[in-house]
Amino acid sequence: MSIMPPEPSPGLDLETAPLLVRDWIVHRFPDALQWFVHHLLSITVILTVFGLFFAFTTIAERKLLARLQNRLGPNRSGLPWFRSLKLWGLTQPFADAIKAITKEDVVPAAADKVLHFLAPVVIVAFSLLGFAVLPFGRHLIPVELDAAILYFFAAGTATELAIFMAGWGSRNKYSLLSAMRALAQLISYELPLILSVVPVILVTGTLSTRDIALAQGGWTWGVLPHWHVFTPWGFAGFLIFLVAALAESNRSPFDLPEAESELIAGHLTEYSGFKYALFFMAEYFGLTALSGLGVTLFLGGWQAPFAILEIIPSYLWFMGKLAGMIVFFIWIRGTLLRLRIDQLTRLSWKFLVPLALLNLGNAAFWALTPGWTGPLALARWAVSAAIVIVPFVLLGRRLTAGYAPRTYRYAA
Amino acid sequence: MTLALLLIAFLLLGAAVAAMLSRNLIHSALLLVGAWAGIAAFYLWAGAEFVAFAQVLVYVGAVSMVVLFAVLLTRQGATAAPVEFDSVKRMIGGLITAGGVAGVLLGAILGTPMDVTAAPPPAAISVRQLGAQLMGPHAAALLIVGVILTVALLGAIVIAAVDKPEDPAP
Repeated sequence: MSIMPPEPSPGLDLETAPLLVRDWIVHRFPDALQWFVHHLLSITVILTVFGLFFAFTTIAERKLLARLQNRLGPNRSGLPWFRSLKLWGLTQPFADAIKAITKEDVVPAAADKVLHFLAPVVIVAFSLLGFAVLPFGRHLIPVELDAAILYFFAAGTATELAIFMAGWGSRNKYSLLSAMRALAQLISYELPLILSVVPVILVTGTLSTRDIALAQGGWTWGVLPHWHVFTPWGFAGFLIFLVAALAESNRSPFDLPEAESELIAGHLTEYSGFKYALFFMAEYFGLTALSGLGVTLFLGGWQAPFAILEIIPSYLWFMGKLAGMIVFFIWIRGTLLRLRIDQLTRLSWKFLVPLALLNLGNAAFWALTPGWTGPLALARWAVSAAIVIVPFVLLGRRLTAGYAPRTYRYAA
Repeated sequence: MTLALLLIAFLLLGAAVAAMLSRNLIHSALLLVGAWAGIAAFYLWAGAEFVAFAQVLVYVGAVSMVVLFAVLLTRQGATAAPVEFDSVKRMIGGLITAGGVAGVLLGAILGTPMDVTAAPPPAAISVRQLGAQLMGPHAAALLIVGVILTVALLGAIVIAAVDKPEDPAP
Protein backbone atom coordinates (compact mmCIF):
# COMPACT_ATOMS: atom_id res chain seq x y z
CA MET A 1 0.00 0.00 0.00
CA SER A 2 2.68 2.46 0.83
CA ILE A 3 6.10 2.30 -0.65
CA MET A 4 7.81 1.64 -3.95
CA PRO A 5 10.00 -1.45 -3.80
CA PRO A 6 13.53 -0.36 -2.96
CA GLU A 7 15.95 -0.85 -5.82
CA PRO A 8 18.66 -3.38 -5.04
CA SER A 9 21.86 -1.48 -4.38
CA PRO A 10 25.29 -2.71 -3.40
CA GLY A 11 26.55 -2.13 0.09
CA LEU A 12 24.99 0.10 2.70
CA ASP A 13 22.53 2.54 1.19
CA LEU A 14 21.31 5.20 3.59
CA GLU A 15 18.42 6.07 1.30
CA THR A 16 16.66 2.74 1.69
CA ALA A 17 18.09 1.78 5.09
CA PRO A 18 14.88 2.63 7.02
CA LEU A 19 12.87 0.46 4.64
CA LEU A 20 15.25 -2.47 5.01
CA VAL A 21 15.01 -2.23 8.80
CA ARG A 22 11.23 -2.09 8.57
CA ASP A 23 11.01 -5.08 6.23
CA TRP A 24 13.38 -7.02 8.47
CA ILE A 25 11.11 -6.40 11.48
CA VAL A 26 7.93 -7.11 9.52
CA HIS A 27 9.23 -10.48 8.31
CA ARG A 28 9.74 -11.61 11.92
CA PHE A 29 5.93 -11.85 12.19
CA PRO A 30 3.48 -14.39 10.69
CA ASP A 31 2.05 -13.53 7.28
CA ALA A 32 -1.45 -12.72 8.55
CA LEU A 33 -0.11 -10.05 10.89
CA GLN A 34 2.37 -8.44 8.50
CA TRP A 35 0.14 -5.69 7.14
CA PHE A 36 -0.78 -4.77 10.73
CA VAL A 37 2.81 -4.67 11.94
CA HIS A 38 3.76 -2.68 8.85
CA HIS A 39 1.30 0.10 9.64
CA LEU A 40 1.88 -0.07 13.38
CA LEU A 41 5.58 0.52 12.70
CA SER A 42 4.82 3.57 10.53
CA ILE A 43 2.58 4.99 13.26
CA THR A 44 5.16 4.31 15.98
CA VAL A 45 7.93 5.96 13.99
CA ILE A 46 5.80 9.05 13.26
CA LEU A 47 4.78 9.36 16.91
CA THR A 48 8.34 8.96 18.14
CA VAL A 49 10.03 11.21 15.60
CA PHE A 50 7.48 13.99 15.76
CA GLY A 51 6.98 13.64 19.51
CA LEU A 52 10.70 14.29 19.95
CA PHE A 53 10.60 16.97 17.25
CA PHE A 54 7.81 18.67 19.23
CA ALA A 55 9.80 18.44 22.46
CA PHE A 56 12.87 20.01 20.90
CA THR A 57 10.81 22.60 19.04
CA THR A 58 9.55 23.90 22.39
CA ILE A 59 13.05 24.21 23.82
CA ALA A 60 14.36 25.72 20.57
CA GLU A 61 11.51 28.22 20.63
CA ARG A 62 12.17 29.22 24.23
CA LYS A 63 15.90 29.53 23.65
CA LEU A 64 15.60 31.45 20.38
CA LEU A 65 12.92 33.80 21.72
CA ALA A 66 15.10 34.42 24.75
CA ARG A 67 18.07 35.28 22.56
CA LEU A 68 15.89 37.56 20.42
CA GLN A 69 14.83 39.33 23.62
CA ASN A 70 18.38 39.52 24.97
CA ARG A 71 17.85 36.83 27.65
CA LEU A 72 19.44 33.44 28.18
CA GLY A 73 16.38 31.21 28.22
CA PRO A 74 16.08 27.90 30.07
CA ASN A 75 19.58 26.63 30.83
CA ARG A 76 19.31 24.93 34.23
CA SER A 77 17.71 21.53 33.75
CA GLY A 78 20.26 18.73 33.57
CA LEU A 79 20.00 15.04 34.37
CA PRO A 80 18.65 13.80 37.72
CA TRP A 81 21.72 11.86 38.89
CA PHE A 82 24.46 13.79 37.12
CA ARG A 83 24.19 17.24 38.63
CA SER A 84 27.38 18.47 37.06
CA LEU A 85 26.09 17.77 33.54
CA LYS A 86 24.08 20.79 32.41
CA LEU A 87 23.52 19.92 28.70
CA TRP A 88 22.58 23.58 27.98
CA GLY A 89 19.12 22.94 29.45
CA LEU A 90 18.19 20.57 26.64
CA THR A 91 16.32 18.23 28.99
CA GLN A 92 13.85 20.99 29.83
CA PRO A 93 10.98 19.56 27.67
CA PHE A 94 11.08 16.26 29.58
CA ALA A 95 10.91 18.09 32.90
CA ASP A 96 7.96 20.07 31.47
CA ALA A 97 6.23 16.84 30.46
CA ILE A 98 6.56 15.35 33.95
CA LYS A 99 5.26 18.58 35.44
CA ALA A 100 2.25 18.62 33.09
CA ILE A 101 1.35 15.00 33.89
CA THR A 102 1.60 15.39 37.66
CA LYS A 103 -0.37 18.64 37.83
CA GLU A 104 -3.91 18.61 39.17
CA ASP A 105 -6.57 18.41 36.49
CA VAL A 106 -9.21 21.01 37.33
CA VAL A 107 -12.63 20.69 35.72
CA PRO A 108 -15.07 23.56 36.38
CA ALA A 109 -18.20 22.50 38.27
CA ALA A 110 -20.52 23.97 35.63
CA ALA A 111 -18.58 22.59 32.68
CA ASP A 112 -20.00 20.16 30.17
CA LYS A 113 -17.79 17.31 31.40
CA VAL A 114 -17.92 15.16 28.25
CA LEU A 115 -17.08 17.94 25.79
CA HIS A 116 -14.49 19.40 28.15
CA PHE A 117 -12.74 16.03 28.19
CA LEU A 118 -13.22 15.24 24.52
CA ALA A 119 -11.85 18.50 23.08
CA PRO A 120 -8.11 17.96 23.78
CA VAL A 121 -8.33 14.31 22.71
CA VAL A 122 -9.99 15.17 19.40
CA ILE A 123 -7.59 18.00 18.62
CA VAL A 124 -4.44 15.92 19.19
CA ALA A 125 -5.77 12.90 17.32
CA PHE A 126 -6.71 14.89 14.26
CA SER A 127 -3.60 17.08 14.24
CA LEU A 128 -1.53 13.89 13.91
CA LEU A 129 -3.50 12.57 10.92
CA GLY A 130 -1.92 15.02 8.50
CA PHE A 131 1.53 13.41 8.87
CA ALA A 132 0.27 10.25 7.18
CA VAL A 133 0.48 11.65 3.65
CA LEU A 134 3.71 13.69 3.82
CA PRO A 135 6.53 12.25 1.71
CA PHE A 136 9.44 12.32 4.17
CA GLY A 137 11.92 10.91 1.69
CA ARG A 138 12.34 9.43 -1.75
CA HIS A 139 10.91 6.10 -0.56
CA LEU A 140 9.40 7.16 2.75
CA ILE A 141 5.73 7.97 2.68
CA PRO A 142 3.49 6.40 5.34
CA VAL A 143 0.32 6.18 3.23
CA GLU A 144 0.25 6.84 -0.48
CA LEU A 145 -3.11 8.32 -1.42
CA ASP A 146 -4.36 9.49 -4.76
CA ALA A 147 -6.15 12.41 -3.12
CA ALA A 148 -3.51 13.15 -0.50
CA ILE A 149 -3.89 16.95 -0.43
CA LEU A 150 -7.64 16.68 0.00
CA TYR A 151 -7.07 14.17 2.82
CA PHE A 152 -4.65 16.56 4.52
CA PHE A 153 -7.16 19.41 4.60
CA ALA A 154 -10.04 17.11 5.55
CA ALA A 155 -8.02 15.87 8.53
CA GLY A 156 -7.41 19.45 9.61
CA THR A 157 -11.07 20.46 9.75
CA ALA A 158 -11.73 18.70 13.05
CA THR A 159 -9.53 21.29 14.81
CA GLU A 160 -12.32 23.83 14.48
CA LEU A 161 -14.82 21.46 16.06
CA ALA A 162 -12.42 20.74 18.92
CA ILE A 163 -11.89 24.45 19.61
CA PHE A 164 -15.64 24.96 19.65
CA MET A 165 -16.05 22.02 22.04
CA ALA A 166 -13.37 23.44 24.33
CA GLY A 167 -14.87 26.94 24.34
CA TRP A 168 -18.45 25.86 24.82
CA GLY A 169 -17.75 22.98 27.19
CA SER A 170 -15.82 25.19 29.63
CA ARG A 171 -18.86 27.34 30.50
CA ASN A 172 -16.71 30.40 30.73
CA LYS A 173 -17.57 33.56 28.84
CA TYR A 174 -13.95 34.23 27.93
CA SER A 175 -13.58 30.70 26.62
CA LEU A 176 -16.70 30.94 24.48
CA LEU A 177 -15.87 34.43 23.18
CA SER A 178 -12.38 33.44 22.20
CA ALA A 179 -13.53 30.16 20.69
CA MET A 180 -15.81 32.20 18.43
CA ARG A 181 -12.89 34.46 17.62
CA ALA A 182 -10.66 31.49 16.89
CA LEU A 183 -13.30 30.01 14.59
CA ALA A 184 -13.68 33.30 12.71
CA GLN A 185 -9.92 33.35 12.26
CA LEU A 186 -9.63 29.71 11.19
CA ILE A 187 -12.50 30.00 8.70
CA SER A 188 -11.14 33.25 7.26
CA TYR A 189 -7.68 31.84 6.69
CA GLU A 190 -8.73 28.41 5.43
CA LEU A 191 -9.65 30.11 2.15
CA PRO A 192 -6.26 31.71 1.31
CA LEU A 193 -4.51 28.57 2.58
CA ILE A 194 -6.35 26.27 0.19
CA LEU A 195 -6.29 28.83 -2.64
CA SER A 196 -2.52 29.12 -2.31
CA VAL A 197 -2.19 25.35 -2.68
CA VAL A 198 -4.44 25.06 -5.76
CA PRO A 199 -1.86 26.58 -8.22
CA VAL A 200 0.57 23.78 -7.36
CA ILE A 201 -2.12 21.18 -8.10
CA LEU A 202 -2.96 23.02 -11.32
CA VAL A 203 0.61 23.01 -12.61
CA THR A 204 1.61 19.51 -11.49
CA GLY A 205 -1.77 18.05 -12.38
CA THR A 206 -1.98 15.75 -9.37
CA LEU A 207 -3.27 15.66 -5.80
CA SER A 208 -0.71 13.10 -4.70
CA THR A 209 2.04 14.52 -2.47
CA ARG A 210 4.54 11.94 -3.76
CA ASP A 211 4.07 13.05 -7.37
CA ILE A 212 4.23 16.74 -6.43
CA ALA A 213 7.59 16.18 -4.71
CA LEU A 214 8.81 14.15 -7.69
CA ALA A 215 7.72 16.89 -10.13
CA GLN A 216 10.15 19.32 -8.51
CA GLY A 217 13.26 17.29 -9.37
CA GLY A 218 15.92 18.49 -11.79
CA TRP A 219 17.84 21.71 -12.34
CA THR A 220 17.87 24.52 -14.90
CA TRP A 221 21.42 24.96 -16.24
CA GLY A 222 22.45 22.56 -13.50
CA VAL A 223 22.08 25.20 -10.74
CA LEU A 224 18.53 26.42 -10.27
CA PRO A 225 16.37 23.67 -8.75
CA HIS A 226 12.89 23.20 -10.22
CA TRP A 227 11.28 23.95 -6.87
CA HIS A 228 7.98 25.74 -7.15
CA VAL A 229 9.15 28.57 -4.92
CA PHE A 230 11.57 29.61 -7.71
CA THR A 231 8.74 30.50 -10.10
CA PRO A 232 6.77 33.76 -9.84
CA TRP A 233 3.48 32.03 -9.08
CA GLY A 234 5.18 29.63 -6.70
CA PHE A 235 6.88 32.43 -4.80
CA ALA A 236 3.63 34.36 -4.40
CA GLY A 237 1.80 31.18 -3.45
CA PHE A 238 4.47 30.31 -0.89
CA LEU A 239 4.19 33.74 0.77
CA ILE A 240 0.40 33.48 0.97
CA PHE A 241 0.75 29.94 2.28
CA LEU A 242 3.18 31.10 4.98
CA VAL A 243 0.85 33.85 6.24
CA ALA A 244 -2.20 31.59 6.15
CA ALA A 245 -0.32 28.75 7.86
CA LEU A 246 0.74 31.10 10.65
CA ALA A 247 -2.88 32.14 11.15
CA GLU A 248 -4.22 28.58 10.92
CA SER A 249 -1.92 27.42 13.69
CA ASN A 250 -2.70 30.41 15.93
CA ARG A 251 0.88 31.56 15.96
CA SER A 252 2.05 35.07 16.64
CA PRO A 253 1.27 37.60 15.09
CA PHE A 254 -2.11 35.87 14.71
CA ASP A 255 -2.38 34.53 18.27
CA LEU A 256 -5.58 36.47 18.94
CA PRO A 257 -7.56 33.54 20.36
CA GLU A 258 -5.04 33.43 23.17
CA ALA A 259 -4.59 37.18 23.59
CA GLU A 260 -3.77 37.02 27.28
CA SER A 261 -4.39 40.71 27.95
CA GLU A 262 -7.98 40.52 26.66
CA LEU A 263 -9.20 36.97 27.03
CA ILE A 264 -7.07 35.42 29.81
CA ALA A 265 -5.98 32.37 27.79
CA GLY A 266 -8.81 32.06 25.32
CA HIS A 267 -10.42 28.66 24.97
CA LEU A 268 -7.62 27.22 27.12
CA THR A 269 -8.65 29.25 30.19
CA GLU A 270 -10.30 26.34 31.99
CA TYR A 271 -7.71 23.74 31.05
CA SER A 272 -4.83 22.71 33.27
CA GLY A 273 -2.28 19.97 33.58
CA PHE A 274 -2.10 17.36 30.88
CA LYS A 275 -5.16 18.54 28.98
CA TYR A 276 -3.50 21.92 28.51
CA ALA A 277 -0.34 20.12 27.39
CA LEU A 278 -2.41 18.22 24.81
CA PHE A 279 -3.68 21.48 23.32
CA PHE A 280 -0.16 22.82 23.28
CA MET A 281 1.04 19.66 21.58
CA ALA A 282 -1.73 19.79 18.98
CA GLU A 283 -0.80 23.36 18.12
CA TYR A 284 2.79 22.36 17.42
CA PHE A 285 1.81 19.19 15.57
CA GLY A 286 -0.49 21.27 13.37
CA LEU A 287 2.27 23.79 12.71
CA THR A 288 4.77 21.04 11.90
CA ALA A 289 2.36 19.24 9.57
CA LEU A 290 1.52 22.47 7.74
CA SER A 291 5.23 23.28 7.44
CA GLY A 292 5.80 19.81 6.05
CA LEU A 293 3.09 20.40 3.49
CA GLY A 294 4.67 23.75 2.60
CA VAL A 295 8.06 22.07 2.15
CA THR A 296 6.48 19.39 -0.05
CA LEU A 297 4.49 21.79 -2.20
CA PHE A 298 6.89 24.70 -2.64
CA LEU A 299 10.38 23.90 -1.34
CA GLY A 300 10.98 20.79 -3.37
CA GLY A 301 10.02 18.24 -0.72
CA TRP A 302 12.90 15.85 -0.12
CA GLN A 303 14.89 17.04 -3.17
CA ALA A 304 18.43 18.26 -2.59
CA PRO A 305 19.25 21.82 -3.74
CA PHE A 306 22.30 20.71 -5.77
CA ALA A 307 22.95 17.47 -7.59
CA ILE A 308 26.21 16.92 -5.74
CA LEU A 309 24.40 17.09 -2.39
CA GLU A 310 22.22 14.12 -3.25
CA ILE A 311 24.64 11.89 -1.36
CA ILE A 312 22.88 13.14 1.79
CA PRO A 313 19.74 10.96 2.22
CA SER A 314 16.51 12.60 1.11
CA TYR A 315 14.76 12.29 4.48
CA LEU A 316 17.50 14.38 6.08
CA TRP A 317 16.87 17.10 3.48
CA PHE A 318 13.18 17.01 4.31
CA MET A 319 13.73 17.26 8.05
CA GLY A 320 16.30 20.03 7.52
CA LYS A 321 13.87 22.10 5.47
CA LEU A 322 11.15 21.42 8.03
CA ALA A 323 13.39 22.63 10.86
CA GLY A 324 14.22 25.71 8.78
CA MET A 325 10.52 26.53 8.40
CA ILE A 326 9.96 26.12 12.16
CA VAL A 327 12.89 28.39 13.00
CA PHE A 328 11.52 30.94 10.56
CA PHE A 329 8.15 30.83 12.35
CA ILE A 330 9.88 31.33 15.71
CA TRP A 331 11.79 34.27 14.28
CA ILE A 332 8.48 35.80 13.10
CA ARG A 333 7.05 35.32 16.59
CA GLY A 334 9.96 37.20 18.09
CA THR A 335 9.66 40.04 15.59
CA LEU A 336 6.07 40.99 14.80
CA LEU A 337 3.33 42.45 16.96
CA ARG A 338 -0.11 40.92 17.40
CA LEU A 339 -2.86 42.09 15.02
CA ARG A 340 -6.28 43.40 16.01
CA ILE A 341 -9.25 41.19 15.09
CA ASP A 342 -10.58 43.54 12.40
CA GLN A 343 -7.11 43.91 10.89
CA LEU A 344 -6.82 40.15 10.90
CA THR A 345 -10.00 39.45 8.97
CA ARG A 346 -9.39 42.39 6.63
CA LEU A 347 -5.95 41.09 5.77
CA SER A 348 -7.45 37.75 4.79
CA TRP A 349 -10.56 38.76 2.87
CA LYS A 350 -9.41 41.97 1.21
CA PHE A 351 -5.78 41.18 0.54
CA LEU A 352 -4.82 37.51 0.62
CA VAL A 353 -7.93 36.03 -1.02
CA PRO A 354 -7.88 38.34 -4.10
CA LEU A 355 -4.13 37.86 -4.49
CA ALA A 356 -4.50 34.09 -4.19
CA LEU A 357 -7.25 34.11 -6.84
CA LEU A 358 -5.07 36.15 -9.21
CA ASN A 359 -2.21 33.80 -8.52
CA LEU A 360 -4.43 30.93 -9.61
CA GLY A 361 -4.83 32.66 -12.99
CA ASN A 362 -1.07 33.17 -13.01
CA ALA A 363 -0.48 29.46 -12.52
CA ALA A 364 -2.93 28.73 -15.35
CA PHE A 365 -0.88 31.03 -17.61
CA TRP A 366 2.30 29.20 -16.54
CA ALA A 367 0.72 25.81 -17.20
CA LEU A 368 -0.41 26.89 -20.68
CA THR A 369 2.98 28.22 -21.80
CA PRO A 370 5.57 25.49 -21.21
CA GLY A 371 6.57 25.82 -24.87
CA TRP A 372 7.91 29.35 -24.46
CA THR A 373 11.65 28.74 -24.59
CA GLY A 374 14.65 30.86 -25.52
CA PRO A 375 13.87 34.60 -25.48
CA LEU A 376 10.18 33.82 -24.97
CA ALA A 377 11.07 32.28 -21.59
CA LEU A 378 12.03 35.78 -20.43
CA ALA A 379 8.63 37.07 -21.56
CA ARG A 380 6.97 34.22 -19.70
CA TRP A 381 8.80 35.15 -16.52
CA ALA A 382 8.09 38.87 -16.97
CA VAL A 383 4.35 38.38 -17.54
CA SER A 384 4.06 35.98 -14.63
CA ALA A 385 6.00 38.28 -12.30
CA ALA A 386 3.86 41.24 -13.39
CA ILE A 387 0.67 39.34 -12.54
CA VAL A 388 2.07 38.92 -9.02
CA ILE A 389 3.68 42.28 -8.35
CA VAL A 390 1.27 44.81 -9.92
CA PRO A 391 -1.85 43.72 -7.98
CA PHE A 392 0.25 43.37 -4.83
CA VAL A 393 1.43 46.98 -5.05
CA LEU A 394 -1.94 48.41 -6.13
CA LEU A 395 -3.94 46.51 -3.52
CA GLY A 396 -1.44 47.23 -0.79
CA ARG A 397 -1.45 50.97 -1.57
CA ARG A 398 -5.22 51.11 -1.65
CA LEU A 399 -5.68 49.24 1.63
CA THR A 400 -3.09 51.27 3.53
CA ALA A 401 -4.18 54.63 2.10
CA GLY A 402 -4.72 57.02 4.99
CA TYR A 403 -2.92 54.76 7.49
CA ALA A 404 0.66 55.24 6.45
CA PRO A 405 3.17 56.73 6.93
CA ARG A 406 2.58 56.71 10.65
CA THR A 407 3.13 60.00 12.48
CA TYR A 408 4.42 60.01 16.03
CA ARG A 409 2.97 62.81 18.10
CA TYR A 410 4.92 62.30 21.31
CA ALA A 411 8.02 60.43 20.29
CA ALA A 412 10.72 62.34 18.53
CA MET B 1 -15.63 -6.34 4.96
CA THR B 2 -19.24 -6.97 5.97
CA LEU B 3 -18.24 -6.67 9.60
CA ALA B 4 -16.73 -3.24 8.92
CA LEU B 5 -19.91 -2.18 7.14
CA LEU B 6 -22.04 -3.36 10.07
CA LEU B 7 -19.81 -1.47 12.51
CA ILE B 8 -20.01 1.72 10.45
CA ALA B 9 -23.77 1.38 10.06
CA PHE B 10 -24.20 0.77 13.80
CA LEU B 11 -22.12 3.83 14.77
CA LEU B 12 -23.80 5.98 12.12
CA LEU B 13 -27.32 5.04 13.15
CA GLY B 14 -26.37 5.22 16.83
CA ALA B 15 -25.08 8.77 16.43
CA ALA B 16 -28.19 9.76 14.47
CA VAL B 17 -30.56 8.27 17.07
CA ALA B 18 -28.63 9.88 19.92
CA ALA B 19 -28.72 13.22 18.09
CA MET B 20 -32.50 12.93 17.82
CA LEU B 21 -33.03 11.89 21.45
CA SER B 22 -30.62 14.38 23.05
CA ARG B 23 -32.34 17.37 24.64
CA ASN B 24 -29.18 19.45 24.49
CA LEU B 25 -29.02 21.17 21.11
CA ILE B 26 -25.22 21.49 21.09
CA HIS B 27 -24.86 17.79 21.82
CA SER B 28 -27.36 17.06 19.07
CA ALA B 29 -25.39 19.15 16.60
CA LEU B 30 -22.10 17.48 17.52
CA LEU B 31 -23.66 14.01 17.27
CA LEU B 32 -25.00 14.99 13.87
CA VAL B 33 -21.43 15.83 12.88
CA GLY B 34 -20.49 12.35 14.08
CA ALA B 35 -23.16 10.88 11.82
CA TRP B 36 -21.76 12.85 8.86
CA ALA B 37 -18.30 11.49 9.63
CA GLY B 38 -19.89 8.03 9.63
CA ILE B 39 -21.21 8.65 6.13
CA ALA B 40 -17.66 9.59 5.09
CA ALA B 41 -16.44 6.32 6.62
CA PHE B 42 -19.05 4.49 4.55
CA TYR B 43 -17.78 6.17 1.37
CA LEU B 44 -14.26 5.07 2.31
CA TRP B 45 -15.53 1.53 2.83
CA ALA B 46 -17.09 1.65 -0.63
CA GLY B 47 -13.76 2.74 -2.15
CA ALA B 48 -14.78 6.31 -3.00
CA GLU B 49 -11.81 8.13 -1.45
CA PHE B 50 -12.37 11.48 -3.10
CA VAL B 51 -16.04 11.68 -2.12
CA ALA B 52 -15.21 10.64 1.44
CA PHE B 53 -12.63 13.39 1.91
CA ALA B 54 -14.91 15.92 0.26
CA GLN B 55 -17.69 14.83 2.63
CA VAL B 56 -15.43 15.42 5.65
CA LEU B 57 -14.20 18.75 4.28
CA VAL B 58 -17.66 20.10 3.49
CA TYR B 59 -19.90 18.56 6.16
CA VAL B 60 -17.63 18.00 9.16
CA GLY B 61 -15.64 21.16 8.46
CA ALA B 62 -18.03 23.75 7.07
CA VAL B 63 -21.69 22.78 7.46
CA SER B 64 -21.12 21.82 11.10
CA MET B 65 -19.88 25.35 11.77
CA VAL B 66 -23.00 26.83 10.17
CA VAL B 67 -25.20 24.60 12.35
CA LEU B 68 -23.31 25.40 15.55
CA PHE B 69 -23.25 29.14 14.90
CA ALA B 70 -26.95 29.08 14.07
CA VAL B 71 -27.74 27.30 17.34
CA LEU B 72 -25.62 29.66 19.40
CA LEU B 73 -26.83 32.85 17.73
CA THR B 74 -30.55 32.02 17.74
CA ARG B 75 -31.04 30.30 21.10
CA GLN B 76 -29.23 32.98 23.12
CA GLY B 77 -27.70 30.50 25.55
CA ALA B 78 -30.82 28.42 26.20
CA THR B 79 -29.66 25.24 24.51
CA ALA B 80 -32.25 22.83 25.93
CA ALA B 81 -35.13 22.11 23.58
CA PRO B 82 -38.67 21.90 25.03
CA VAL B 83 -39.96 18.36 25.49
CA GLU B 84 -43.55 18.97 26.60
CA PHE B 85 -46.50 18.10 24.46
CA ASP B 86 -47.45 21.22 22.47
CA SER B 87 -50.67 20.75 20.54
CA VAL B 88 -52.56 18.10 18.59
CA LYS B 89 -52.13 20.10 15.37
CA ARG B 90 -48.39 20.06 15.75
CA MET B 91 -48.34 16.34 16.49
CA ILE B 92 -50.35 15.55 13.35
CA GLY B 93 -48.07 17.74 11.24
CA GLY B 94 -45.02 15.99 12.64
CA LEU B 95 -46.45 12.55 12.02
CA ILE B 96 -47.41 13.41 8.43
CA THR B 97 -43.91 14.78 7.68
CA ALA B 98 -42.16 11.82 9.27
CA GLY B 99 -44.45 9.37 7.48
CA GLY B 100 -43.87 11.09 4.14
CA VAL B 101 -40.10 11.02 4.48
CA ALA B 102 -40.17 7.38 5.62
CA GLY B 103 -42.42 6.48 2.65
CA VAL B 104 -40.13 8.14 0.11
CA LEU B 105 -37.04 6.47 1.60
CA LEU B 106 -38.70 3.05 1.75
CA GLY B 107 -39.88 3.42 -1.84
CA ALA B 108 -36.37 4.29 -2.96
CA ILE B 109 -34.84 1.37 -1.07
CA LEU B 110 -37.41 -1.16 -2.30
CA GLY B 111 -37.19 0.18 -5.86
CA THR B 112 -33.42 -0.34 -6.07
CA PRO B 113 -32.29 -3.61 -7.64
CA MET B 114 -30.29 -5.40 -4.98
CA ASP B 115 -28.43 -7.97 -7.11
CA VAL B 116 -25.09 -6.20 -6.64
CA THR B 117 -23.28 -9.52 -6.17
CA ALA B 118 -23.84 -10.37 -9.83
CA ALA B 119 -22.07 -7.25 -11.14
CA PRO B 120 -18.25 -7.28 -11.32
CA PRO B 121 -16.59 -4.85 -8.89
CA PRO B 122 -15.89 -1.59 -10.75
CA ALA B 123 -12.26 -0.54 -11.08
CA ALA B 124 -11.15 2.17 -8.67
CA ILE B 125 -11.51 5.59 -10.29
CA SER B 126 -8.53 7.91 -9.88
CA VAL B 127 -8.89 11.56 -8.99
CA ARG B 128 -7.57 12.42 -12.45
CA GLN B 129 -10.43 10.55 -14.15
CA LEU B 130 -12.91 12.15 -11.78
CA GLY B 131 -11.55 15.60 -12.59
CA ALA B 132 -11.64 14.92 -16.32
CA GLN B 133 -15.29 13.83 -15.99
CA LEU B 134 -16.19 16.93 -13.97
CA MET B 135 -14.36 19.33 -16.26
CA GLY B 136 -15.38 17.60 -19.51
CA PRO B 137 -18.93 16.25 -19.86
CA HIS B 138 -20.19 17.83 -16.63
CA ALA B 139 -18.47 21.23 -16.93
CA ALA B 140 -21.79 23.05 -17.36
CA ALA B 141 -23.20 21.64 -14.12
CA LEU B 142 -20.00 22.54 -12.27
CA LEU B 143 -20.12 26.11 -13.60
CA ILE B 144 -23.79 26.50 -12.67
CA VAL B 145 -23.10 25.26 -9.12
CA GLY B 146 -20.22 27.72 -8.88
CA VAL B 147 -22.39 30.63 -10.02
CA ILE B 148 -25.18 29.70 -7.59
CA LEU B 149 -22.74 29.53 -4.67
CA THR B 150 -21.15 32.86 -5.63
CA VAL B 151 -24.56 34.51 -5.85
CA ALA B 152 -25.49 33.07 -2.45
CA LEU B 153 -22.27 34.38 -0.95
CA LEU B 154 -22.77 37.86 -2.43
CA GLY B 155 -26.39 37.83 -1.23
CA ALA B 156 -25.29 36.97 2.29
CA ILE B 157 -22.78 39.84 2.24
CA VAL B 158 -25.41 42.30 0.93
CA ILE B 159 -27.91 41.26 3.61
CA ALA B 160 -25.38 41.27 6.45
CA ALA B 161 -23.37 44.37 5.50
CA VAL B 162 -24.01 47.62 7.33
CA ASP B 163 -22.85 50.75 5.55
CA LYS B 164 -20.69 52.28 8.19
CA PRO B 165 -17.53 54.25 7.51
CA GLU B 166 -14.35 52.44 8.48
CA ASP B 167 -12.50 53.76 11.46
CA PRO B 168 -11.09 57.13 10.42
CA ALA B 169 -7.43 57.55 9.71
CA PRO B 170 -5.55 58.97 12.66
